[in-house]
Amino acid sequence: MNSLLARVLAAFRKKDLDREFQDELAAHVELLTAENRRAGMPEDEARRAALVKIGGLEAARELQREARGLPTFDSILQDLRYTFRTLRKDAGFTTFAILIVGLGIGASSTIFSVVNTLLLRPLPFRDPARLVWIANSGEEGLSGQTTQVRYMVDLQEHSKSFSGVGGYMAFYGVGDNKLTSDGPPERLSGVQVSRNFFSLLGVQPFLGRSFTAEECKWGGPQVTLMSYGLWQRRFASNANIVGSKLLINDKPVTVVGVMPASFDFGAVFAPGTQIDLYSPFPLSKETDAWGNTMAMIGRLSPGASLATARAETSILGALATKADKNGNGFEPRLRLLSEHVSGRIRPALLVLACAVGVVMLIVCANLSNLLLARTATRQKEIAIRAALGAGRGRLVRQMLTESIVLSLCGGALGLMLAFFGTSSLAHLQTLSIPLLENVHVDITALAFTFLAAVLTGLVFGLVPALHVPGISLHDSLKETGRGSSEGKSRTWIRKALVISEVAFACVLLVGAGLLIRSFVRVMDVNLGFQPERAATLRIDPDSRYSTQAQQNTYYNEALRLVRDIPGVQSAGLTDALPLGRNRTWGAPAEGHNYTKENFPLAFPRIASDGYVHAMGIPLIAGRDFTARDTPESEPVIIVNQTMAAALWPGENALGKRIGAGGNQFRRVVGIVGDVRHLALEKNSGNEMYIPIRQTQDIQSVDLVVRSTLPLPALANAVRETLRPLDPNLPAQEFRPLETLVDKAVSPRRFTMILLAGFAAFALILASLGIYAVISYSVSQRTQEIGIRMALGASTGELQRGIVFQTMTLAGLGMLGGVAASWILARAIQSLLFGVTASDPFTFLLMLAVLTLVAAAAGYLPARRASRIDPVTALRSA
Amino acid sequence: MPDDKLDLLQGTLDLMVLQTLDTMGSQHGYGIARRIEQVSGDLLILNQGTIYASLVRLQHGGWIAAEWGTSENNRRAKFYSITRSGRKKLARQAENWDRLSAVIGRFFQTAAKGAGE
Repeated sequence: MNSLLARVLAAFRKKDLDREFQDELAAHVELLTAENRRAGMPEDEARRAALVKIGGLEAARELQREARGLPTFDSILQDLRYTFRTLRKDAGFTTFAILIVGLGIGASSTIFSVVNTLLLRPLPFRDPARLVWIANSGEEGLSGQTTQVRYMVDLQEHSKSFSGVGGYMAFYGVGDNKLTSDGPPERLSGVQVSRNFFSLLGVQPFLGRSFTAEECKWGGPQVTLMSYGLWQRRFASNANIVGSKLLINDKPVTVVGVMPASFDFGAVFAPGTQIDLYSPFPLSKETDAWGNTMAMIGRLSPGASLATARAETSILGALATKADKNGNGFEPRLRLLSEHVSGRIRPALLVLACAVGVVMLIVCANLSNLLLARTATRQKEIAIRAALGAGRGRLVRQMLTESIVLSLCGGALGLMLAFFGTSSLAHLQTLSIPLLENVHVDITALAFTFLAAVLTGLVFGLVPALHVPGISLHDSLKETGRGSSEGKSRTWIRKALVISEVAFACVLLVGAGLLIRSFVRVMDVNLGFQPERAATLRIDPDSRYSTQAQQNTYYNEALRLVRDIPGVQSAGLTDALPLGRNRTWGAPAEGHNYTKENFPLAFPRIASDGYVHAMGIPLIAGRDFTARDTPESEPVIIVNQTMAAALWPGENALGKRIGAGGNQFRRVVGIVGDVRHLALEKNSGNEMYIPIRQTQDIQSVDLVVRSTLPLPALANAVRETLRPLDPNLPAQEFRPLETLVDKAVSPRRFTMILLAGFAAFALILASLGIYAVISYSVSQRTQEIGIRMALGASTGELQRGIVFQTMTLAGLGMLGGVAASWILARAIQSLLFGVTASDPFTFLLMLAVLTLVAAAAGYLPARRASRIDPVTALRSA
Repeated sequence: MPDDKLDLLQGTLDLMVLQTLDTMGSQHGYGIARRIEQVSGDLLILNQGTIYASLVRLQHGGWIAAEWGTSENNRRAKFYSITRSGRKKLARQAENWDRLSAVIGRFFQTAAKGAGE
């Protein structure tokens, strides 16, 4: 240990120690010389003999240094110094190499950070691997996947596999809570949770306390826990907030605590939304009567596994369903919470991770190629070093040092890009991808970046480095020698590298092409409504309008005022904008008997007159609602085409009656077009519209306005107009309808843009690779071309020959690429929409793009070749 | 190179240097090299330059110490002397060496006898 320390110290005092040894050695030589002189040798002979006896001064020094310091360390330093010198000399190459490695590594570590956050890192809860998402059996719609309170209580009481079962009320609405105290009015989003929800997740309030049993009773005291973000933003992190009262929806609510900054409900359970308030959800008869409401989470008890929990809950669910005919039924579907959270984005992320890997391979191939070209031009230098006694191992190490230094520099650049990339991703709040806000470059990502850089350097440096020992000393040192035999094998490798670059680029292009086509298809989907030139604003009636009559007056007044604004074409009210809420109600046709299996369900939307028109939903038959559809008039309903056909196949639905959401029958007065309300990719299913003036089952009221005015002008006009009606109208949230669509397609767009970016990068690299190889081969063949031109070959012939050579390479690459794409495209099937994985259009288009790019990359050197002056070319031989 | 000269066995040079410093006291590199050549009766091929690598090794191990002084011809020279732990190491190594050479010697004797029968 001591000697190791001494060696390390010595390595840092190199200069001093060298000087000291110089003196010591000089004294030794002096003494030896004197001895030789005494033996009768002449002066110069005496000195020469002394040096021989020592074995050469340089060798003695080297031996001493070796014993003294860290020989490998020293020579690595030497390699590094040499590397920096050569790299500085070739600044163009260095810049280019660092740039492409940097871009590649930047992309890789950004994607890695996302993958790490979403797929690898555990959820930000205590022991998250034991948390299970308990869904109900329904396939479509949130109502189907949620569970009635009674079953949750049953599970809490009887399940042995879970140490706890809790949940939240899934049907909260964004902006359902209007805060009117402590500053300007503002709409906040709140979610109701079961009492044990936070303790189940292992999250403690940062300030204050969680809910008491009393507060979790029906009609208990109104309390709330607020998010850290809201506390900071609106209450300036006031530590005395606990115990104070807020005015929410005109009712006083006591703040009992603040959640920690690390707890972000939205990020995990509702990507793209911000939850500000948490309030207790009573597990009571009353909430049970609301039907399927709970999104459930369970914590596996010690010793229980997901499989045993599955088995147990399915039995418990079946028993409970059987025992109680009045319930909605419970058929539990269990999966790990982490899978539930990352589930939908998982395939896209895996595709991106693979894509970025392929990009890195292309980067490596490209740099390998460039380095090979460099070793070719550096043959003479390498030969000289070998002649001066550099060992082969040392030469190989030197080349590898160069490539690793390059890629580490690129890695540093990449790291900067990754910091930038992750922080801009984390701030994309409109993106509905879970946990995205938590994405940042952490220690794991740093380690990944470093490893990626070293590995990249090794991979792209290995082929050129292993080529070094093959360089023939003799040929290289000869004035005109070109090392022709090695030249061949090197050309072969370079061609193979280019072919593989083209193949990889082809795979990425096809993948990106398929995603782009899918995206275009999704955007082409007939939404059923026209988002252009329509905008929405929350205008829930406040507590002054408590009775139905008062509320109806409010609706009449609001609609009248807004419709009077010049430039407004139509206006309507609804409680459920498309691509937002998700629920289903029973909707049996009058006079039909249904079994439990085929009992008709429909997506209900409470709407006013003018809504259908303002949304641009076509009215197919019958009439729209009017202001005269009131509690006093006959209950009416509008259905979509799908529902009309499903409930009364082959009959006219108009005039028939439906028992929508209760026992009251409503007469069908209109049939409208289908609206994609769940997702752009999903068909509508049954939809029904219930007049807003005939129900009080409303949680929110959105005003939809279609107008020719620009958005800011419209927003101002509407706010001014409505002020007399509601002076507390929050200022924010006048949204164009297009943002709803944008948000719904955001994960798809995210994947598509990234993959397209990778593909473009790959295409550029591949074309550079082709260009480099072809122009190298042209410059190597300058004399040959000169001779052929002197012998009468035409420019056209020469160019054709070179372009043909290019196309052969590209063609081989594309052949491999198409074959690989054909297989790999199956893997992204789940991300596609409206195109098949073997979509011939995409394949042909991408091949055409590649061919064009390859032809261009080959044409430039070809043109240069055809301009070679035969005389100069031959003379330079 | 003459056949009757011996190559140094790996690691034996360090031992010889230690032994030399133990018997001669403080010495510079040249003195040590001279002494080793004399004792070996000029049978060893000693590349005098290699002495210094050995000296550095011993110094790092803390078995010898170095000090600048003045040589016979009035030049600045580095003088080395053995340390206490150096003496211990020397004793240990000498014993090892004795045992090893005894074993090797016995091995060759038996082998010679065996071959004679």
